Amino acid sequence: MTTRIDARFAELKQQGRSAFVTFVMAGDPDAKTSLDILKALPKAGADVIEIGMPFTDPMADGPSIQAAGLRALKGGMTLRKTLAMVRDFRKEDNATPIVLMGYYNPIYIYGVDSFLADAKTAGVDGLIIVDLPPEEDTELCIPAMKAGLNFIRLATPTTDDKRLPAVLANTSGFVYYVSITGITGAAAADSTAVAEAVARIKRHTKLPVCVGFGIRTPETARAIAESANGAVVGTAIVDAVRANLDAEGRATPKTVSAVADLVSALAQGVRGAKQAAE
Amino acid sequence: MNQNLPNSFRSGPDERGHFGIFGGRFVAETLMPLILDLEKAYADAKADPAFQAEMNVYLKDYVGRPSPLYFAERLTEHLGGAKIYLKREELNHTGSHKVNNVLGQIMVARRMGKKRIIAETGAGQHGVATATLCARFGLECVVYMGAVDVERQQPNVIRMEMLGAKVVPVQSGARTLKDAMNDALRDWVTNVHNTFYCIGTVAGPHPYPMMVRDFQSIIGHETRTQMQEAEGRLPDSLIACIGGGSNAMGLFHPFLDDPSVEIFGVEAAGHGLTQLHAASLAGGRPGVLHGNRTYLLMDADGQIEEAHSISAGLDYPGIGPEHAWLHETGRVKYLSATDEEALAAFQLLSRLEGIIPALESAHAIAKLSELAPQRPKDHLMVVNLSGRGDKDVPQVGDILKARQK
Repeated sequence: MTTRIDARFAELKQQGRSAFVTFVMAGDPDAKTSLDILKALPKAGADVIEIGMPFTDPMADGPSIQAAGLRALKGGMTLRKTLAMVRDFRKEDNATPIVLMGYYNPIYIYGVDSFLADAKTAGVDGLIIVDLPPEEDTELCIPAMKAGLNFIRLATPTTDDKRLPAVLANTSGFVYYVSITGITGAAAADSTAVAEAVARIKRHTKLPVCVGFGIRTPETARAIAESANGAVVGTAIVDAVRANLDAEGRATPKTVSAVADLVSALAQGVRGAKQAAE
Repeated sequence: MNQNLPNSFRSGPDERGHFGIFGGRFVAETLMPLILDLEKAYADAKADPAFQAEMNVYLKDYVGRPSPLYFAERLTEHLGGAKIYLKREELNHTGSHKVNNVLGQIMVARRMGKKRIIAETGAGQHGVATATLCARFGLECVVYMGAVDVERQQPNVIRMEMLGAKVVPVQSGARTLKDAMNDALRDWVTNVHNTFYCIGTVAGPHPYPMMVRDFQSIIGHETRTQMQEAEGRLPDSLIACIGGGSNAMGLFHPFLDDPSVEIFGVEAAGHGLTQLHAASLAGGRPGVLHGNRTYLLMDADGQIEEAHSISAGLDYPGIGPEHAWLHETGRVKYLSATDEEALAAFQLLSRLEGIIPALESAHAIAKLSELAPQRPKDHLMVVNLSGRGDKDVPQVGDILKARQK
């Protein structure tokens, strides 16, 4: 089985470049603006899109993404509406991979089987669930694989060589390396340490390795993209949404374009990277 | 009630940390290696006689254990039914049962070579106990506390600071215990290399619910011995208040396989179960938060709802996973008491016995006042007086004064 994620990474490999992975929060600040941002991302240079599923208690996220989730929830976002948003996006774009990222509880409450069926139908390709380590694979990871969705695992600086095989065992699509011990939007990643970590993970898997957490600028994105198969930017994009809202937290005419401009600049950073190591 | 009752109610959790469907290890990958290390360190400590011997010295000479099992004569007369005993956890050093668990965890942290301790706190009792033992063992201590709780539990904030701890007021969410736990987890994920997270209740990822229960079970073990000495037999019923549920689990666990012992947990019903409250079993359903599956207050989309209780220590939208399991198996009956009932019980115990209870513990006293009169005079009822009310005196004083006007 090949997903849009597999196809996209194969395509990029042929082109000899790394992926630019963007993160946006579903429904931030409202469903319509959020869909417009989503639609603008591929044109601005996003190769893979992660969509955050808002949750009240995002324990691995820093203040920016926490606030984005709360704005979305305040605007009435739900998991059902997040899936509807992916459906709408797919009407125009059937190639850009969509990965839903978030926490387990809203999915558990939706019902694992119906969620997987609805997500697949909507055009979702993969899932990143922060609070489901390999120890809990029977909850969602195994059912997701059976449903034809990639389950993308996070590997971290604390995931040592002994543990890596367990983390990689049921991972598909790509591996998401968290460049720091910490929450989203925290300290900048050190590109030398990241390169070593990516090389270490690659000794254990043939899957593409994307790196996220702490990448905010085109320069960092380029440095990371030189060693990894992809660079993920989340907080900086979410901050651009917030910086272009009005005083009441509502979208303005420049919200979508400002986000697209930032994404273009970051994408150029990634595209400026030398060919990723294999 | 569940038709397939287990042979023992005391054999959980399984090796993956499950009590029935509850419990587990729902944490970020960054924390997982440390949680596995902790599981191993705790298993080693448990098997090491020197660890228990050292604990016993501190439990006796530093905490002041055993805590008395006190016959509450005037309360018994007043209620006119069961013979009431109070397990006096409020007499422990630092003023509550929390110290039993903190001592154990700090000793485990020392075995693991961790020099920095973080904790979440609601009422501040767990924070004070953690700050105290960090002072005693020369460890850095950072306590996360919701900004609302910092306001309503000022005496404990001052105590923690005097003990050398840094208190971080948490501004996210409802700014109470749940949010304090979120921020403590964020700190832990960031400083995982040198930091030990001292969780204050029987919740969180495995092995915490089991480990905290084990450290708190001294309450129930002592009660068994003391009741044997006082009355020559087991008690007939036990009552304790429940936020996360550590004082209750500590009292209940050694009695779970004694079918003659009726067991009651009391959740916080806040303004009432149809309004804002903190009774996760009465008003919630199973979900996943803070590392475990348990009963949670949430909306139809799985978003966690804000709890409310007059008592900061019970103001949490979840409950320990073992309680969720004991609820579903029917072994423990879970009741709830409102803010008003707790306030009345707070005053009742103060006036009748000269003991000012913590507002948390007052929830247990409130249900005791309903249950005791329905029981015969030879019925032996034990209530866990989990904490003292000094910290609540300013808050309750303000409420009562406002009502006199």
